Amino acid sequence: MDYMTLIQLLDSTVRLATPLLLACLAGLFSERAGIFDIGLDGKMLAAAFFSAAVAAMSGNVWLGLLAGIAASLALSLLHGLASITFRGNQLISGVAINFLAAGLTVLIAQDWFQQGGRTPSLIGGARFNPITLPFADALEPMPIIGPLYAELISGHSILVYAAFAAVPLTWWLLYRTRFGLRLRAVGENPAAVDTAGVSVIGLRYAAVCICGVLCGIAGAYLSTALQAGFIKDMSAGRGYIALAALIFAKWRPWYALWATLLFGLFGALETRPDVIEALIGIKVQGQLLGALPYVMTVIILAGFVGKAIPPRAGGEPYVKER
Amino acid sequence: MDVMPKWAEVVLVPLISLILAAILSALVILGIGEDPVAAVKLMVSGALGSTYGWGYTLYYATNFMFTGLCVAIAFHARLFNIGGEGQAMLGGLGVALACLYIPWPHWSLALIGATTMAALFGAAWAAIPAFLQAKRGSHIVITTIMFNFIAAAVLNYILVNMLRPKGSMDPATARFPDATKLPTLHDLLAPIGINFSKAAPANISLLVAIAACFFLWVLIWRTRLGYEIRAYGHSESAAKYAGISPVKITMITMIISGGLAGMMAINNVMGESERLVLNATEGAGFIGIAVALMGRSHPLGVFLAAILFGFLYQGGAELALWTSIPRELIVVIQALVILFTGALDNMVRMPLEKIFLSIRNARAPKPERKPVEPAE
Repeated sequence: MDYMTLIQLLDSTVRLATPLLLACLAGLFSERAGIFDIGLDGKMLAAAFFSAAVAAMSGNVWLGLLAGIAASLALSLLHGLASITFRGNQLISGVAINFLAAGLTVLIAQDWFQQGGRTPSLIGGARFNPITLPFADALEPMPIIGPLYAELISGHSILVYAAFAAVPLTWWLLYRTRFGLRLRAVGENPAAVDTAGVSVIGLRYAAVCICGVLCGIAGAYLSTALQAGFIKDMSAGRGYIALAALIFAKWRPWYALWATLLFGLFGALETRPDVIEALIGIKVQGQLLGALPYVMTVIILAGFVGKAIPPRAGGEPYVKER
Repeated sequence: MDVMPKWAEVVLVPLISLILAAILSALVILGIGEDPVAAVKLMVSGALGSTYGWGYTLYYATNFMFTGLCVAIAFHARLFNIGGEGQAMLGGLGVALACLYIPWPHWSLALIGATTMAALFGAAWAAIPAFLQAKRGSHIVITTIMFNFIAAAVLNYILVNMLRPKGSMDPATARFPDATKLPTLHDLLAPIGINFSKAAPANISLLVAIAACFFLWVLIWRTRLGYEIRAYGHSESAAKYAGISPVKITMITMIISGGLAGMMAINNVMGESERLVLNATEGAGFIGIAVALMGRSHPLGVFLAAILFGFLYQGGAELALWTSIPRELIVVIQALVILFTGALDNMVRMPLEKIFLSIRNARAPKPERKPVEPAE
């Protein structure tokens, strides 16, 4: 494998890891506050549709992004209503949200565009286009560093940079602010937070809303940056892979970055069977490679390679004592 | 203390949830510019208006009975098995192997053999997450979700690379031999003079599913094991104190659950397509969640909910055929049913409990105050 192939492979790794990273951080906020969220996939899907639809109609991708975030936020609030206010089962609520998004997006897409459950292709300003970083063209002829900078680091859409910037931001918010401390506490021991006079319900709703915004950006990235338009079921289980990455990362922001990059690499390798064959000398079936993140998550979760311990109060509704 | 009478718990709460889901579904149909009343009429005539429609409704209902029971028994032990889809896929593999590689002399023997294989494969696929939950403490919901994806990949690999007949491009097995052909409802009802549609896929698996409902009822409410499962579901610590092993209950419950999901394959793989195709389950494993929630995890409730979902499925197909309403409407209805009967259960329950409490307080005579005797 030559250097350029490697750069190309890493480049598509970054592209594929971005939605996983955003969704993984989304799940991190929610689960650190004690709200399990298996509805990540549905929220991404809804955001992908609404951002593509609004971008297609208005020609402005930023309006599309806002619409995507709003759609994802609405589903997040539904999840909050079910699991925080009415103390319902968070897992069942997540399942319902996934199906709701899968059905409604196709139904509305068919009603608005009559193209068999898809949006028209997005062109020009209706998409997030690649940004060329300064000096990328000037540096390109340099050996080693040139292609690295011009191909791998430069030339992504703004959402990719936003996703990578979200990692230190999440870390800072969770570990260096009062809000972060309380948010983590509410996922471990909500009664203690309540005793301190801080609203458990308020904190959990805040966490669920942050989760909605991040999922919204992830979904918008899928339909307006990674691809040009919405197609049926385009999230393709990415929400579940993000969930797997979250467990892999043991609910920590920097590990989330590495986990999603690893899973992104698997995704990139899936489209390049020739590279794998050259690397390890045997032909690996694409389907099996696609299943690798799930297999690895099962192994990690079972504690065979380092134990993943979830937030202690995760999944349990908080009942205030009287 | 139970605030609500039993009939309200069993009938009223699910009914109100269902009505809420129906109202929202009607609003969705209105929202996309169609007439909900006409849509319901079309669904009823398409799904229940002919023996052909009934044949499809009952065919889908058979699938949902198996997957609904699969989720329901796990719910009794307070386990959430989202893996019905993957377990049913593996069950399909079991059926395909049984039908293709064993020369069955008669369909009845083939049915017994294929059912056993389907249940074994499904149970094995559920046993791994169960073991990991019981022994290693990994969350069964996450593991079963992951196992759905792994099952899809494994099945894809096996179909494309191993079971696909030479020269065929289609990722599917060869057609099963004629001896394994299951009698359809047409064949079963013809001797008693009922002319049931020949084209509909409903088959003898329906009777197996009904039998499974009955056996599950016996198991849960009439056996020691069922008692242990329910006790474990109500309180793990109390069950442990009573000498019930959590590992044993988790394993047995999930094995039964996976076996039931796997048995779905005798209907869709052996009874309908008569070969194993990619994505044979068509999401029936997930519909099982809605069916179990609506049926309150009771076998009779599961039976009724499965028929309702069979009707919705066939009716939805008719809608997609004759109107511009896409099939995904059914997915929306399914989501709303899961939402209202599962996640937002308390939204319906809390106001109802208040109403019943106030009725009871109004009826009950106020306790008379005894005059306090002065201390001597």
